[in-house]
Amino acid sequence: MSTSEQDILEQITGDDYKYGFVSNIEQDIIPKGLTEDTVRFISAKKNEPHWLLDWRLKAYKHWLGMTPPDWQNVKFPPIDYQDISYYASPKEGSKLNSLDELDPEIKATYDKLGIPLEEQLILAGVAVDAVLDSVSVITTFKEKLAEKGVIFCSISEAVQEHPELIKKYLGSVVPYTDNYFAALNSAVFSDGSFVYIPKGVRCPMELSTYFRINAKGTGQFERTLLIAEDASYVSYLEGCTAPKRDENQLHAAVVELVAMESAEIKYSTVQNWYPGDKDGKGGIYNFVTKRGVCMGNGSKISWTQVETGSAITWKYPSVVLKGDNSIGEFYSVAVTNNLQQADTGTKMIHIGKNTKSRIVSKGISAGKSQNSYRGLVKVRKSAANARNYSQCDSLLMGDKCGAHTFPYFEINNNGATVEHEATTSKIGEDIMFYCNQRGISQEDAVALIVNGYAKEVLDKLPMEFAVEAKKLLAISLEGSVG
Amino acid sequence: MLNINNLKASIDDKQILKGINLEVKPGEVHAIMGPNGSGKSTLSSVIAGREGYEVSGEVLFNGKDLLELAPEVRAWEGIFLAFQYPVEIPGVSNTNFMRTCINEQRKYRGLPDMDASTFLKTMREKAELVELDPNLMKRSVNQGFSGGEKKRNEIFQLAMLDPKLAILDETDSGLDIDALRIVSNGVNKLRNKDNAFVVITHYQRLLDYIIPDFVHVLMNGQIVKSGTKELAYELEEKGYDWIKAELKEAAL
Ligand SMILES: Nc1ncnc2c1ncn2[C@@H]1O[C@H](COP(=O)(O)OP(=O)(O)OP(=O)(O)O)[C@@H](O)[C@H]1O
Ligand SMILES: [Mg+2]
Repeated sequence: MSTSEQDILEQITGDDYKYGFVSNIEQDIIPKGLTEDTVRFISAKKNEPHWLLDWRLKAYKHWLGMTPPDWQNVKFPPIDYQDISYYASPKEGSKLNSLDELDPEIKATYDKLGIPLEEQLILAGVAVDAVLDSVSVITTFKEKLAEKGVIFCSISEAVQEHPELIKKYLGSVVPYTDNYFAALNSAVFSDGSFVYIPKGVRCPMELSTYFRINAKGTGQFERTLLIAEDASYVSYLEGCTAPKRDENQLHAAVVELVAMESAEIKYSTVQNWYPGDKDGKGGIYNFVTKRGVCMGNGSKISWTQVETGSAITWKYPSVVLKGDNSIGEFYSVAVTNNLQQADTGTKMIHIGKNTKSRIVSKGISAGKSQNSYRGLVKVRKSAANARNYSQCDSLLMGDKCGAHTFPYFEINNNGATVEHEATTSKIGEDIMFYCNQRGISQEDAVALIVNGYAKEVLDKLPMEFAVEAKKLLAISLEGSVG
Repeated sequence: MLNINNLKASIDDKQILKGINLEVKPGEVHAIMGPNGSGKSTLSSVIAGREGYEVSGEVLFNGKDLLELAPEVRAWEGIFLAFQYPVEIPGVSNTNFMRTCINEQRKYRGLPDMDASTFLKTMREKAELVELDPNLMKRSVNQGFSGGEKKRNEIFQLAMLDPKLAILDETDSGLDIDALRIVSNGVNKLRNKDNAFVVITHYQRLLDYIIPDFVHVLMNGQIVKSGTKELAYELEEKGYDWIKAELKEAAL
């Protein structure tokens, strides 16, 4: 690399995370530490039924006996789980019924994030659930959705209003025994979104949840559950941001999806948690378990993710293809810059006949970051005629970052077709000079090239969000030329 | 318009340009010929501002010191390079790419973005000029284009950006006989009294279409001979050895 490229590369580093502000909201935060009492406290705070408290306690006990995983290709000092506060909520406390009751400061927070909560102003036809730290503060368009029988509310509310659904499905896709962070989440989860689409209903609008961490010294443990009954359709999007802080904050979420016969769930994520500064100080640890089950025949689950934030991203949105002819998809763009680390990918578990899965992963590494794709394609004996196609591309910017690909295959049916392609490329000096010569500056060229590179994935996002995601990609890579 | 004085350029301590002098005035066409590896592409890269060279000497463009400017600024000032090897940009459509280029140029010149209908109309017109298949506009820049299509696309871009000084680096290689005629005619239509062309080629044939005012021979990093279009015929016939012999004699 020439010296001037080196300079530019170093400039990256100065970039600003524009969501890094802290809101001045009066909050209830419980003291740091995790004991059985913490679990009881959270459950009581939410006025939960006994069976749910029992479930949490079982999860907690199970967690106590587990050790944190160490197989992932990311490095961080051991987390002190007693040094985290497990519950923070805006003072007002319970859920609001109308926007007028919303603390203006909270509203301002979401306005600043570009997420207007006024129903009439919201992007045409997008319903929003806003989760601040441990609680959902508002859900919009509830009535309109209710007309169609669609339930879209916070999970705490669903526990009260629809306990039978929660009891039936909570932990049915990701049991608390699944992994270390799933166990922890099951014990202390505070809020998240709940979606239920009845039989034959096409959800009339995009549903979205915005997660915001505001409080200091806390962790966020949200839980999302989405159920699509026979022949229904829903497109759901989540977005995430957090203030700039020197400390690392833990975000350990669990997302469970269930698609019944011929149902389709499209789940999109634009993850922009605070990534830490250029020296790797601060930033969110984003340790998430996301899994969907294609329960019914002919059902489809599609994950799309644009991951630009977090100090460490560690997640594998997966699909269990139980129903015959079901389809699982995973489209991912993961950007790492500075000292960010990402170990992300998917698992596609083929059980039913004629099941199909498609994996498209686009990693982009800049600065001194490390970006790993890890994916498992598993074809059980029962999965006659299963097909998988995987494509994993890595784009490197500069020569101090790393890209890694760890594909795993367990094929137990001879009739399965599995294809895997992987490429690694650089934003070469040739392509950069070509753009410059045509009058496109380095920064703009990076944005153009990266968006082109990620196009296949960005095209899968709902239109309204694709534009945002493109900007986000450009911002996260500002100045990074190699 | 363009004044090059004693331009030297080296890369990794290897000197490639060894003192180039050249003056190009508005309305002129200059042809540069010379053996492989003599420094023709390097000269065009240095004028356009490619990084990585150790450069000395002077390059003035309408009085401005070009060597001080970033490559994109040189482009906005009106310099265009049609690449010997155009690059591919996956996922970025030709249309989107051109729109970005045009609007960046307009921004520099204090103009608002070109409106969509004018843009599309201009695209259509300029594509016709070089008979470029309109379907290529939707495709990613140069990706999967044939060699000839890439070269046509360069001249299409040239037409879109309407530069003051265009450098064509071996645009003729890779073009079939008909395409050579079409592309050359396109270039001729773009010529006017205010712009200038520097045409790098190995073959006299191109110069039958784009008739140069001057022909220069670049050898071993220096312009060793300049003349009119007749010089190109002489080179076509005799190759470069006679010039080398001449030089040797002069040196004695
Ligand atoms: N990046 C580089 N590193 C090292 N040497 C280089 C580099 N770029 C060019 N050169 C060398 O400089 C010399 C001139 O190359 P250049 O591409 O300018 O020649 P050219 O006259 O355009 O040749 P051709 O007719 O084959 O296109 C060659 O010997 C080439 O190998
Ligand atoms: Mg050349």
